[in-house]
Amino acid sequence: MKTHCLRWLAGGLLGCAAFFVAPAQAQLSIEITGAGAQRLPVAIADFSGERGIAQALTSVVRSDLERSGLFQMIDTTGKVMDENTSPNYADWKSRGADALAAGSLSALPDGRYETRFRLHDTQKQTAIGGQALAHTSGQIRATAHRIADNIYEKLTGERGVFSTRIAYVVKSAGRFELQIADADGNAPQAALASREPIISPAWSPDGGKLAYVSFEAKKPVVYVHDLATGRRHVAANFKGSNSAPAWSPDGKKLAVVLTKDGNSQLYVVNVDGSGITRLAQSAGIDTEPQYSPDGEFIYFTSDRGGSPQVYRQPVAGGAAQRVTFDGTYNVTPRLSPDGKRMAFVTRDSGRFRVAVMDLTSRQTQVLTDTAKDESPSFAPNGRMILFATEVGGRGVLAAVSVDGRVKQRLSVQAADVREPAWGPFSK
Amino acid sequence: MKTRLALSLSLVTLTALLTLAGCGSQPAAPEQDGAGVEDRNPYAVSTTPVGSTSADPYGLAALKDPKSPLSKRSILFDYDSYVVRDEYKSLIEQHARFLAKNTQMKMLIQGTADERGSREYNLALGQKRAEAVKKALQLLGAQEAQLESVSLGEEKPACMDQTESCWAQNRRGDMLYSGEF
Repeated sequence: MKTHCLRWLAGGLLGCAAFFVAPAQAQLSIEITGAGAQRLPVAIADFSGERGIAQALTSVVRSDLERSGLFQMIDTTGKVMDENTSPNYADWKSRGADALAAGSLSALPDGRYETRFRLHDTQKQTAIGGQALAHTSGQIRATAHRIADNIYEKLTGERGVFSTRIAYVVKSAGRFELQIADADGNAPQAALASREPIISPAWSPDGGKLAYVSFEAKKPVVYVHDLATGRRHVAANFKGSNSAPAWSPDGKKLAVVLTKDGNSQLYVVNVDGSGITRLAQSAGIDTEPQYSPDGEFIYFTSDRGGSPQVYRQPVAGGAAQRVTFDGTYNVTPRLSPDGKRMAFVTRDSGRFRVAVMDLTSRQTQVLTDTAKDESPSFAPNGRMILFATEVGGRGVLAAVSVDGRVKQRLSVQAADVREPAWGPFSK
Repeated sequence: MKTRLALSLSLVTLTALLTLAGCGSQPAAPEQDGAGVEDRNPYAVSTTPVGSTSADPYGLAALKDPKSPLSKRSILFDYDSYVVRDEYKSLIEQHARFLAKNTQMKMLIQGTADERGSREYNLALGQKRAEAVKKALQLLGAQEAQLESVSLGEEKPACMDQTESCWAQNRRGDMLYSGEF
């Protein structure tokens, strides 16, 4: 029970974790395996300032944007400029850049740094954005992610997710670790280590807590874990199995699956474990609940019709409606943040793949060509879906864009990675 | 009277634990610090006679005896199924009778699933298998209060290969008695 102090870079908060926490060794490495059809050409000039840190910062901005699959990096070799330089637009246009960012990093009297940048549209020949950010030397990556988020939002019109975090479980030789890392796989930290399995991590809407299922009591029990303090409590431990926690959008309740009355059925509890109420009733299996973002529906998996399919039911009460009809195995419904799409796992000839359904048109598109996909999870801007799959007999994480074009793979050397959950936007 | 009842109950529990652990002798002495010579365990003196397998009024030894059907604890299931196959009916009947005779014994039934598909759905599938075993035991004389059915889903596979025969071994209902979980 050592005490380790953790600094959450993205939030700039200083937290102290006192529960099972250790720095994680192995880091996720990301490989881009597919990109968007039309990538916007962008030039990010080397930021000026203290050479080592300025270069590190610039390279994180570039790799964030590149990894999104939406941008193509234009070479900036030999160009010396910062946020105050008036760019030669014609020159940048001839290099092929539609947008250009330049900036600087300077030391502040209090020992911190200030990073400034400006973003230009080379077509319109005008500055379209910029920012000044004060930060410590330990927050270089976090600052770079925020700059990348800013550029991403200006150029695409939607929020970037480079400053967000992901949770996942790493299994290695009899040890399970619930880890939290930056969205690019950097700075992994173990929130919990156990000899028994950990599954189904779910982020609270404010990003401060994770609910998950741990088997440390020789049976599945639902815990809620505060990330900043490392403190956790049991949210559901009834006779039988307790699993599949899902947060209500207001962060006050958890939908859970309990078996205290026989088979796996849906219930709702307050986050502190009190006030249990039954949510749905069936003769078979009901599991994998998830609230719609407006909090009005619960989507879930049920075998009430003979095979596992996705259903939804009004939270306020009412009949369940079947959502998936194609095939004999459609499970793990996960809604996009705008509530318009649903990711799920579908089985076709023994292969399990991530699919996405447009909930208005009910059109379904299978997004992957892997065979053992599990646990899809939307990025908070709804553009990418993170999921677990298997490559070469080893568990890896992968991400695919909702149009199926952009593909990434995240793996850890000599370990199985599984059960990913993409966290919400940081505040 | 009360004290003696409590004593005999705890001895029964201890007997069960010792027998189940396959160990008929006294447990290792607890670690003591300093010059402690006094044995503060009031039951220590009595453990030897009741701990031996010769005094086994409940027939607990059968649970570990490979020749006894009670030593068999696993029930295998078909893919995507939670129906107890006929071949296991007599095994379940023997365990139900044992539980009916030994009402102090409790059983944890752990259902499992093979690795294919969703972890949470497999957890629910394992639960249904455990529940099917529990229901069968209850019909044959075991009491609800003696039984807890839980699921380990696909999380604790007995066999790690990705083959049909291996997956078949991972779709189980395992019966564990007091002291084994």
